Amino acid sequence: MSLKKEAVRKIAHLARLQIDESDLDRYATDLSNILTLFEQMNQVDASDIVPMAHPMDATQRLRPDEVTELDQRDKFQAIAPDVNRGLYRVPKVIE
Amino acid sequence: MTDSIREIRLGLAAGEFSSVEITQDYLNKINLHNPTLNCFITITDELALEQAKAADESIARGEIKTLTGVPIAHKDIYCTDGIKTSCASKMLDNFIAPYDATVIEHFKRDGAVILGKTNMDEFAMGSSNENSYYGSVANPWDLGRVPGGSSGGSASAVAAGLAPAATGTDTGGSIRQPAALCGITGIKPTYGRVSRYGMIAFGSSLDQGGPLAHSAEDCALLLQTMAGFDPRDSTSIDQSVPDYSVDLAQDIEGIKIGLPREYFAEGLDADIANVIASAVDEFRRLGAEIVDITLPNTKLSIPVYYVVAPAECSSNLSRFDGVRFGYRCDNPTDLEDLYKRSRGEGFGDEVIRRIMIGTYALSAGYYDAYYLKAQQLRRLIKEDYEKAFERVDMILCPTTPEVAFKQGEKTDDPVSMYLQDIYTISLNLAGLPGMSIPAGFSQGLPVGLQLIGNYFEESRLLNVAHRFQQATDWHLQSPEMK
Repeated sequence: MSLKKEAVRKIAHLARLQIDESDLDRYATDLSNILTLFEQMNQVDASDIVPMAHPMDATQRLRPDEVTELDQRDKFQAIAPDVNRGLYRVPKVIE
Repeated sequence: MTDSIREIRLGLAAGEFSSVEITQDYLNKINLHNPTLNCFITITDELALEQAKAADESIARGEIKTLTGVPIAHKDIYCTDGIKTSCASKMLDNFIAPYDATVIEHFKRDGAVILGKTNMDEFAMGSSNENSYYGSVANPWDLGRVPGGSSGGSASAVAAGLAPAATGTDTGGSIRQPAALCGITGIKPTYGRVSRYGMIAFGSSLDQGGPLAHSAEDCALLLQTMAGFDPRDSTSIDQSVPDYSVDLAQDIEGIKIGLPREYFAEGLDADIANVIASAVDEFRRLGAEIVDITLPNTKLSIPVYYVVAPAECSSNLSRFDGVRFGYRCDNPTDLEDLYKRSRGEGFGDEVIRRIMIGTYALSAGYYDAYYLKAQQLRRLIKEDYEKAFERVDMILCPTTPEVAFKQGEKTDDPVSMYLQDIYTISLNLAGLPGMSIPAGFSQGLPVGLQLIGNYFEESRLLNVAHRFQQATDWHLQSPEMK
């Protein structure tokens, strides 16, 4: 399995990652090698097997709908890149 | 001076030394050797001495908890309130955690002192600790070699005597492999045994925290503090925690230990095979019955793991967006530019590779061929173990196919690095507990032996490892620090 530069560019966009044009070839090679490793999975027919998502096949635990967290906005926003009057600032989204 | 937690506790209780004295002693060693080893990202000297002073006051009042005054280092993946928690990434270089992980909370509850935060592979992705934003870590047995990863800083620090013990996390071998390459003892508990709350997530269905120390006896004490149900972790298992120290010395006469033949096949270094064979003889002398077993789907564990772990990582790491915390790029032109450049500039190479592989494996048109297929094969791997545990009580094998390799040797080829994980990753896929203990040397470098137990049989694992350590002295060997 080999990935072309264009495919790497598309994956990077989906993952919201800026990749330098000069690094695309290197990532294409690395990712292609990893995908080749994955081809070993084709040796086994697993169509009848139930996919395993959790080692103990546990299901999601529910809890009573009660308030357990206190408001810690100031503490959490103290480590934010850019805040203004309690709001996180980002570049303008709507014109 | 001792590096045994059991002896430190006895010494503190008997007033032979104070917590301030022993903490200062470790801090001095850290200051002396960290410039060479690079095993700490943050040294919390002021906090450590403050906690040690408080511990000494508690001891004077006769209030002694399980780890009162015992200094411990923590992998920089555990959020620690008010302390930088970087996960060895530029993305979190400026991140001061606003809360404690449950594991950190437990260590504080039991009176332990925090020496600092240890180096690791960025976001725990790696097997050599060469993927850290803060630079690689040296193996104290040979400074030109890797300590293993991802908990490489923790393993190097303990092996070099800069801390008596450290915490780690294990997604595909990240406690056991560095423990093996640095000649110390480490245990990865059953999935769900130790809370993942505040432990920065990589592969949520695989990640599990555990201790690294010099002996099984010390690991038992540390696991006692770390383990337990936590309602804040939705995958934490609600089961009572046994006393891990009570059965340590129990006789192991008659225990059935399985040797999976696939783990002794092609690819295993001959010296390591010999070391493991001698250890097997030792277990026979201790009364174990050795049984030949098979885990036929072992080979599949590498491709399955490298689909599942990156898929989960691509999802977990989507939270790093440059908006609420962590790194933000300069002068973003619009929101998409902010996301893309913050992530592209904030993550290192291996993290980017895994996010991209995971994104690809989960994307429309490829999900069935990769992710779903991997989850199906994952069940086959688990069933191999279930069948094996019908016949044996425990499984024994090497922890790694090679001893510590040279720095830079595998960095150009991600796949050759992934193959290093062949003996460790299937446990994470199955969710089983496993530990690595020192079993000998090859060319002056430590060799690790892996023990795999059935679900929630950490006590039995620690018991078998402890009996081995009572009969041998491999775990007492330490590198000469100049």
